[in-house]
Amino acid sequence: MKKVKTIKIDVDKCNGCRACEVICSAFHSNPRYSSNNPARSRIRMVRDPLRDVYLPVYAGEYTAAECMGRDKYVLDGKEYSECDFCRASCPSRGFFKEPDSGLPLKCDMCEDEPTGKPLCVQWCLNNALTYEEREEEVEEDEKPGDAETGLEALVNKYGLEKIKDTVERFGHKQDIKT
Amino acid sequence: MRYAETGFNLEIDLSSGNIEREATDSKLTELHLGGLGTNAKILWDRVPPEIEPFSPENLLIFGAGLLAGTPAPGANRTIISTISPQTKLMAYSMMGGFFAPELKYAGYDKIIFRGKSPTLVYVYINNDKVEIRDARYLAGKGAIETAELIKQELKEPNAQVAAIGLAGENRVFTASIEQGRSSSSRLGVGAVMGDKKLKAVVVRGTKDINLARPAEFLELSKGVLDYIKVRADNPVPGVMTILQGLGSPQEMLHVDEKWHTENFSWGNARTRRKDFWNPEIETKWKTVQEHARTRLVSCYNCPMKCGAIISLPGMSTYMMKCFSKLTYTMAAFVDDLDFGFRIAQRATEYGVDGFSTPQIMAFAFELREAGILTEQDFAGCPTDNEGKFYWLLDRIVRREGIGDILADGVYWAARKIGKGAEAFDHNTIKKHEQLPLKLGMLNPVYFLMYATGEKINITQIEGQFPQAPFPTMEERENFIKDWIQVPDEKFKQYLLGWEVRGDHSNPYYPTVDMSVDIVDWQEKMHYIDDALGVCAGLSSFPLKPPYHVHNYPKFISSGAGIEMDETKLAQIYKRNRNLIRAINVRRGLRRVDEKPPEDHWRKRFPELEDQLLDAYYRFKGWDKQGIPTKKTLQDLELAGVGDDLEQRGVIKNE
Ligand code: SF4
Ligand code: SF4
Repeated sequence: MKKVKTIKIDVDKCNGCRACEVICSAFHSNPRYSSNNPARSRIRMVRDPLRDVYLPVYAGEYTAAECMGRDKYVLDGKEYSECDFCRASCPSRGFFKEPDSGLPLKCDMCEDEPTGKPLCVQWCLNNALTYEEREEEVEEDEKPGDAETGLEALVNKYGLEKIKDTVERFGHKQDIKT
Repeated sequence: MRYAETGFNLEIDLSSGNIEREATDSKLTELHLGGLGTNAKILWDRVPPEIEPFSPENLLIFGAGLLAGTPAPGANRTIISTISPQTKLMAYSMMGGFFAPELKYAGYDKIIFRGKSPTLVYVYINNDKVEIRDARYLAGKGAIETAELIKQELKEPNAQVAAIGLAGENRVFTASIEQGRSSSSRLGVGAVMGDKKLKAVVVRGTKDINLARPAEFLELSKGVLDYIKVRADNPVPGVMTILQGLGSPQEMLHVDEKWHTENFSWGNARTRRKDFWNPEIETKWKTVQEHARTRLVSCYNCPMKCGAIISLPGMSTYMMKCFSKLTYTMAAFVDDLDFGFRIAQRATEYGVDGFSTPQIMAFAFELREAGILTEQDFAGCPTDNEGKFYWLLDRIVRREGIGDILADGVYWAARKIGKGAEAFDHNTIKKHEQLPLKLGMLNPVYFLMYATGEKINITQIEGQFPQAPFPTMEERENFIKDWIQVPDEKFKQYLLGWEVRGDHSNPYYPTVDMSVDIVDWQEKMHYIDDALGVCAGLSSFPLKPPYHVHNYPKFISSGAGIEMDETKLAQIYKRNRNLIRAINVRRGLRRVDEKPPEDHWRKRFPELEDQLLDAYYRFKGWDKQGIPTKKTLQDLELAGVGDDLEQRGVIKNE
């Protein structure tokens, strides 16, 4: 058994304020809360007011290549692209990547937050985001760590050889300093 | 490193196309904070009184408040400053929405436009990349339509766009700058933008905003959110529904309009319809509003829902806030709210101020009835109330025929038309249209706010002190129990002593000195909000708000890293207040201009009113004309301002 953290998203309650983006990026800044920048947030609002599209989406796994097809959904008379619901940090869009380095971002459910409740949930006074914990039976498999995912993204971007070279050069620099 | 602010302004010369990124002086932030305060400083330094509103040398400043874009809830205001074509004074206008934070994320605190572009352009700011781009294909397009077209052109759905419509392009004096759910409407800032041939400003930013003492700042911000929750569960008892909660007036949420429709005047601020609201109207209006509104929406980083997305068959979607659903409806004497939502859509695309514009139209139809404007002026105008208003709105925005004269607003139009039209200009202060509200007994606090407010608009100066006394002592005691926002305990005593009738009632109570105190507090809150970019709806405007004089200094210290306490903050407020007053007296503002409309109250007290103004000026350190003295300015580190006013003969040798 494993405790699974979930966030229930009720899009009808969302007022589009983006407080979730603000606080997420602030929480994950280093030192904590020292800066904020929605472009670094691990929750992003897919937001098109004139079409009444208000969709909070959480950053999931990194993907090296974008999907082939792009399906459309019509819900309640509103058209969405399949991508609108997608959690991937994907080359096809700007979401879920560090704006400067391009490194992928992923929601970690604010795991070091003392209350255990993700910050976006705490800041969403409209209860569009609610937090639930469930006990679930899951098969544990090896999850890649942050460093691994980051490295994979860099390899995909620059090629393995280039990364190897760079790491080597870094090593030399360190040698010189010490 | 600079905290809360970016430390950079963009200087854009539209005549030459020159664009500079300029580092700002952190000392100015310490003296004026940001937003309104530093905007005023720039206007004072760079726009002397000889400069006309439509001169290329007039500046148009988009200033983000000091805290805009930080996690402080509701800190999202863009303060737009320029010289108003309507009043010829400093235009004091602002907008909420999403623009100011985006500008900060792009790395700038302000954009300062000067000059005039030879052809219609828009400016695109994407972090360090800033371009002036061709907007000729957008000529005549609606403000919202323009924003959508630009976002498509740039493939930048997350950009924030502030745009003008046709009214701005045609320099209509009530032209607004529209930005999604918000607009900067007052005093013709859209006309100045149009004069500069600037169709839109587009911003996209992906940089960080830093905080000086993050943990403390977050704690304070969380405190604001917690207090908002408390206030949501505890509406203030004993006051009208719209005064019970936080936010700007919750007009998109509430459907009960008994108070506005029966207490505000219809037409040209003339007719009270005391028995307008009945069950039939209530049901009809409720259905219309619920049908029109698809979602209640907020500004950036704010849990409130002061705006709404409005979608009706047969017209394109737009967003609305505040009470513009009623301004056209009531000015036109239309009993169907559907009209209000529909004409506001057209007006929003045109980009006009929803407060002033309907009054100009009602004024025109009064002149026609009085025979001062002729049938010829209205050739082709439909006869029904709805049709008439659509027709005239089009004429004004296009500056066609009589619309060209009316496009300058009630005051100037009355003078151009002559033939007694001036007498119908009965609801302006300092050449600017006011709320259509006509009351019985003079309220001394409101007298002062109407007369002296530099924003020339009552809703942007009133706020935390109840508008009327509570009938019973029990209610008063109850109200002051958790009144933590008061800057001083004496305000509680003022309220406790305020009676509905007798010696301790309006107009002689609150006394002259109390009234001055109360106004100073209200004003202080607005000036601080507008420098910090915090929404009045969470601070100066409603009763018992989450931001107040006691927590603001902490927000400034921990956010911007400027050591602050209540005394220092009060000094900054005074400095900004006096600087704006200086800009305006240098442009000719005097005591004679500081009076509410003659018929605002039925019962007037000229002697008392004089005493009130005298006391207010004295309190501020101004002379009998409302001009700051050299000493006052010196004490506020504005000695240079005093010298300039003296050299120009505004301050006479003391
Ligand atoms: S904080 Fe809540 S209401 Fe605001 S945008 Fe995020 S999900 Fe929507
Ligand atoms: S209180 Fe209302 S107007 Fe003010 S920031 Fe919040 S949503 Fe906007």
